[in-house]
Amino acid sequence: MSKEKIQICPEFYDIMPPEYRDLVEQATFGKEDRGWKDIGQSKELIEEHSLCAGCPESMAFRYILASLPNPEDTVMVGSTGCTSLVFPHVAVHNIHSLFGNQNAVASGLKRALSVRFPGKVKDVVVLAGDGATVDIGLDMTLQSWFRQEKFTTICFDNELYANTGGQESGLMQKGFVAKMAPVGKQFEKVSLPEIARESGCCYVVHCTVSKPNLVEKVVRNAVLLAREVGPTYLQLYTPCILEIGKDSMEGLQEMRDAERPGERFRYKEYITDTAKQFLAGIDAQKKEKVAVLV
Amino acid sequence: MANELSETQRSLIGTKNKKGQTYTDPNALFFDAPRTTAFYTGSEVIKEAIRRASVDVMVAYPITPQSEAAALIGELYAEGYVADYMRGESEFAVMSQCAGAAFGGARVFTTTAGPGTMRAFENFPMWVGSRLPIEMIVTCRGINSPLSIQPDTLEIYFLLGTGMLVWHAETAQEFFDWILKGYIVAEQPDVHLPIAVCCDGFFVTHTKDTVLLTPSDLCLPPYDPYRSPVPCMDMEVPPVRMMRDPFVMKSNYISYMTHASWQEETRAACERSRKHTIPMLGGLIDDEGDDAEILLVASGTAVSQSREAIRLLEDEGIRVGLVKIKSLRPFPFHELREATKHAKYIFVPEFNVIGWLATELKAALPDNHRIIDGPHVAGGMTMPAEVIVETIQKTLGIGAMSLAGRGS
Repeated sequence: MSKEKIQICPEFYDIMPPEYRDLVEQATFGKEDRGWKDIGQSKELIEEHSLCAGCPESMAFRYILASLPNPEDTVMVGSTGCTSLVFPHVAVHNIHSLFGNQNAVASGLKRALSVRFPGKVKDVVVLAGDGATVDIGLDMTLQSWFRQEKFTTICFDNELYANTGGQESGLMQKGFVAKMAPVGKQFEKVSLPEIARESGCCYVVHCTVSKPNLVEKVVRNAVLLAREVGPTYLQLYTPCILEIGKDSMEGLQEMRDAERPGERFRYKEYITDTAKQFLAGIDAQKKEKVAVLV
Repeated sequence: MANELSETQRSLIGTKNKKGQTYTDPNALFFDAPRTTAFYTGSEVIKEAIRRASVDVMVAYPITPQSEAAALIGELYAEGYVADYMRGESEFAVMSQCAGAAFGGARVFTTTAGPGTMRAFENFPMWVGSRLPIEMIVTCRGINSPLSIQPDTLEIYFLLGTGMLVWHAETAQEFFDWILKGYIVAEQPDVHLPIAVCCDGFFVTHTKDTVLLTPSDLCLPPYDPYRSPVPCMDMEVPPVRMMRDPFVMKSNYISYMTHASWQEETRAACERSRKHTIPMLGGLIDDEGDDAEILLVASGTAVSQSREAIRLLEDEGIRVGLVKIKSLRPFPFHELREATKHAKYIFVPEFNVIGWLATELKAALPDNHRIIDGPHVAGGMTMPAEVIVETIQKTLGIGAMSLAGRGS
């Protein structure tokens, strides 16, 4: 979709909501170097959110939406959870249908868009919580990877069921005491990044959202690779400050602490040789362009 | 107006698709096109209908008795008649894959049966609320334990509350016609709902029957997703921020009202489908001799067995009428009241243990003491016409059955 499709009739201009006028005037659609630095000036994809004050997930949402390489032709698929409270505020088409079926929906969606728009790029990005991705939806998460469905899966890992009030999830740390884990969780945090690598993802990153430039880079890589090479998976730590007893201002520090060397959210990346070559090709093209400009 | 096409669809009529089939006006295809006779199983008939349906995406999964049909659509995909085809990992996933494809603006087809229908269930009210005009074939089979793969229509009972259109075909011929007609009705902008076209597994899917087919070089115009009452999720229409406060979490009147009114609207859309369905199917019911004092009211293959029972009873000098229900949702409330107004006894033969059709009729018809719940067979049993005859004779206290010895 181009900007022409979102123009406002002059007669109705003054009664359109400000965020729609922003979309028309400020949209970063088609801007090749869009990224986290646009946050602040370009609020057309997300402005407000309905999460808890200081929730790292709200940061993650902003960084991801600012980093999508092609928002004007991106459709997102969510699931039930805290993310489903934010998606209604997001100005890219997004689908919520059920809890846990996000990768199945995305499989059908990507196929439909490929049938209907041959030769045109239509990116599909799944964004769901850890309960949706790893517990109730694990079957569909993995099967979409086995089938090499070409879309990106992003998991907001907050290590519990946040929206229902802090119950044990598969990505919770062993020993953590939570609702439904009254004597502490009895088994290890599920190693989904490794499972993703073995299941056919060509690019897997496991990190926190403490650094916007890092989130920008991995989101961009993941979407571009999913378009051409194969399924990609990002697991981002977005701690639920409410359920781990932190204050609104402490989310960022919690992520910084959790990503230190040896800690459970240290940066991990798995990339196939084909994916590496593809990214190197993109870098080379970029350098060429810069050289031409200079 | 009933069964209209969009401008985009009309502009394609007369042009050819990549398989050389001509996009044809649906009414011309259904009612004017020449027909040729074929001797096919129900599964083969499903394939032939889909060959002519301009389907974009089909999602398949094995479960008896629909596996053959689902695999045959795969052959159509290999031949290029269906744009994309995949095997899902379970019926829950399949129906979600169907949803994703329909959200993306594709015409979607799937088939399921029995336990598969039950496994997929969370998806059906979601399809309705999301206004996805997916067509799902249900080849009914048992859902009881211990495991049964035999014919049984219990699963239809559960579908009745989902908000989907539910049609129940009696024969392979109806199946062929209704699969094609189903898309046209379900995709109307004032309907735009999923449709379950049901048949009795094995009896229809695995038996051969003579079927009149439309020419294979004529097909339906493709789906036009921009006629949907909700935006197609393809980023080709302006994205809007839907709301500042997601309805899911709010405990306030606006939130309740939104949910309530949308449920009312989807049910109203189902009722609105009548004006499209009636010209397509020739009414939601067929009645044959509705001035009789004794009536049989049935759907699916119970209709065929009833017809045979009526013939046997005629030999005994007993006149019995027949009302065949074609559409269960929308439910032919007024039609049935009219068709049964002279009846003193209404028998409802069914292929399930609970008698859901009798329950529906008891809630819809006046003087419902007239309704005799049965005969029922279940778990794969056949329903010999004699069983229907016997139920009627016993209930009415009409002497010993001369037919009782038949076949022994």
